[in-house]
Amino acid sequence: MTHDEAHDLHLLHEMLRIRRFEERCVELYSATKIRGFLHLYIGEEAVAVGVMQALGPEDAVVATYREHGHALARGVPARSIMAEMFGKVEGCSHGRGGSMHLFDASRRFYGGNAIVGGGLPVAVGLALADAMQQRPRATACFFGEGAVAEGEFHESMNLAALWNLPVLFCCENNLYAMGTALTRSESETDIALKAASFEMPAWSVDGMDVGAVERAAGRAVDAIRSGGGPHFLELRTYRFRAHSMYDPELYRTKDEVELWKERDPIEALIGEIRDRQGFEPNARDDLEALVVAEIDDAVAFAESGTEEPVADLTRFVTSRST
Amino acid sequence: MTVPTVTEKTTYRDAIRAAMREALQRDERVFLMGEDVGSYGGCFAVSKGLLAEFGPERIRDTPLSESAFVGAGIGAALGGMRPIVEIMTVNFSLLALDQIMNNAATLLHMSGGQLNVPLVIRMTTGAGRQLAAQHSHSLEGWFAHIPGLRILVPATLEDARGMLWPALEDPDPVLIFEHGTLYNTSGTLAPDSGAVDIDRAAVRRAGSDVSVITYGGTLTKSLEAAEILATEGVEVEVIDLRTLRPLDTNAILESVGRTRRAVVVDEGWRSGGISAEISARITERAFYELDAPVSRLCTAEAPIPYAKHLEDAALPQVETIAAAVREVLRADG
Ligand SMILES: Cc1ncc(C[n+]2csc(CCOP(=O)(O)OP(=O)(O)O)c2C)c(N)n1
Repeated sequence: MTHDEAHDLHLLHEMLRIRRFEERCVELYSATKIRGFLHLYIGEEAVAVGVMQALGPEDAVVATYREHGHALARGVPARSIMAEMFGKVEGCSHGRGGSMHLFDASRRFYGGNAIVGGGLPVAVGLALADAMQQRPRATACFFGEGAVAEGEFHESMNLAALWNLPVLFCCENNLYAMGTALTRSESETDIALKAASFEMPAWSVDGMDVGAVERAAGRAVDAIRSGGGPHFLELRTYRFRAHSMYDPELYRTKDEVELWKERDPIEALIGEIRDRQGFEPNARDDLEALVVAEIDDAVAFAESGTEEPVADLTRFVTSRST
Repeated sequence: MTVPTVTEKTTYRDAIRAAMREALQRDERVFLMGEDVGSYGGCFAVSKGLLAEFGPERIRDTPLSESAFVGAGIGAALGGMRPIVEIMTVNFSLLALDQIMNNAATLLHMSGGQLNVPLVIRMTTGAGRQLAAQHSHSLEGWFAHIPGLRILVPATLEDARGMLWPALEDPDPVLIFEHGTLYNTSGTLAPDSGAVDIDRAAVRRAGSDVSVITYGGTLTKSLEAAEILATEGVEVEVIDLRTLRPLDTNAILESVGRTRRAVVVDEGWRSGGISAEISARITERAFYELDAPVSRLCTAEAPIPYAKHLEDAALPQVETIAAAVREVLRADG
């Protein structure tokens, strides 16, 4: 197997991990093992997987409440993510965060922010710290196109550009903010154009093509690391599932969803591999088996996890109460 | 041989500046950022001269983006820096409330202890300068409602000089509220005066008849009221809370245990304010020691008006504090 083939299989594996993890979450939600709000990343896997390829362990990631995929692709163990969703102390946030607030300081994974737009200023600050300490790092900040209407988006874009900070803004444009279509929320729907008005390089990328995402992110991160300041990627994608578990999807047609499913990023990559170098007939099955084993293990780990003692409820309110 | 302590004439403003200068010199992770902190010299001239001394990297003028630069302070703190973020006025902090509440105060707990935020936010608070309803409120009591924050309210030169360093050493977010009428307060301070304790309240005047519990902008007024009352034979104990979260409940209870009467003076509004919290703690813990119901003197329940006579009438004043004390003394034990 050449390096390229191995890398393609790696990308496929990563996307399958996310897809199957999310599907298992749906089952576990129905079984009431997972509660609260649950936002799935199904359909958008190429975005997180593609961007993460461009980052190293020294870089930082800030994400939203739809962040299981980002956490998995960043290397946060499936076990600790699942345990978090079960509300167990073995979870990556000790069971305090749940699905929307995954954190892993050791992997510089800074959440898990459920305020639309709320992660952008923090990402700017992480980048400021790197700039002031002359560390050639990048901070990748993920958010939906819905965040573009928030003041924090505009404030953060301006500040990052003004101070030439090493931020990679990754706008996951899946066309809907809950039930509000982009055309009903933005006067200018070309988001990359909007970003470019802050004087930062901004590209729109096919977010269903993991290779395209990886290349764009790689170019941007290289530029950022060599002092090129913030870059902006508008990643055009689509969520195949409802916004969360409580969404009857009244705002879009089944036909539209089906049309986008034809552009499934996983099937697209398999098609590409097949065209390019031939796809071993059992390669997919092998990967699927690996993924199932990983998720089974994560669920078993979460099941057997422990509940935090109620006496620890106010632990970590301040660093003294630890 | 003891060296006599040389004291220097200074102001509250200069004391804060000296504290910032010292912090910037001591720790290279410290930097100041906010609107007009650099070229303009700070909207209340607190940071005047620091830009020339430390340069634009460490004295950072920001755009008018309260949410972004407070959030950037949080991110920078997570990234290993020790930012001091200045917000011009408490009312503007409302534009950054998302970052203060949803991130700074929350991250440590929500991340299961992984992410502490060593950030200091300074801002002006309070009325008395005819700045009307969008520059004069006292919202430190609101912020004191939020677990995860430490709320400091320096009222003296020593505290203006000494609270910043321990605030920067605190691993968690600290908000410092500087009452706008205090900046020009002058007095003397030992040139080597430095860090002060930020956990405990202080007895600013000892007395046996009644405890006046206050902080910030109403401390001086309360002390003046105490002087007047002393001429009437009433000995008032004045407690300066200094820290609104965590509240030094023991100091309050000790004082009330001695005097058996309490007046809480606070420039916030009465309903649901910090004075209500203090009063509740006293009645919960020292009810049977009281000789009179706890009394509160707060700001009138209206936005702060511009006209001087109306603004004066809205706020606790020396005379109204004295009157409130006389009133609790009239109540029978
Ligand atoms: C400040 C704020 N307002 C409203 C919400 C409720 N809300 C949660 S997700 C969402 C839609 C966000 O859409 P988008 O940014 O496009 O991200 P997506 O969910 O599509 O990934 C809304 C309105 C929120 N969490 N935060």
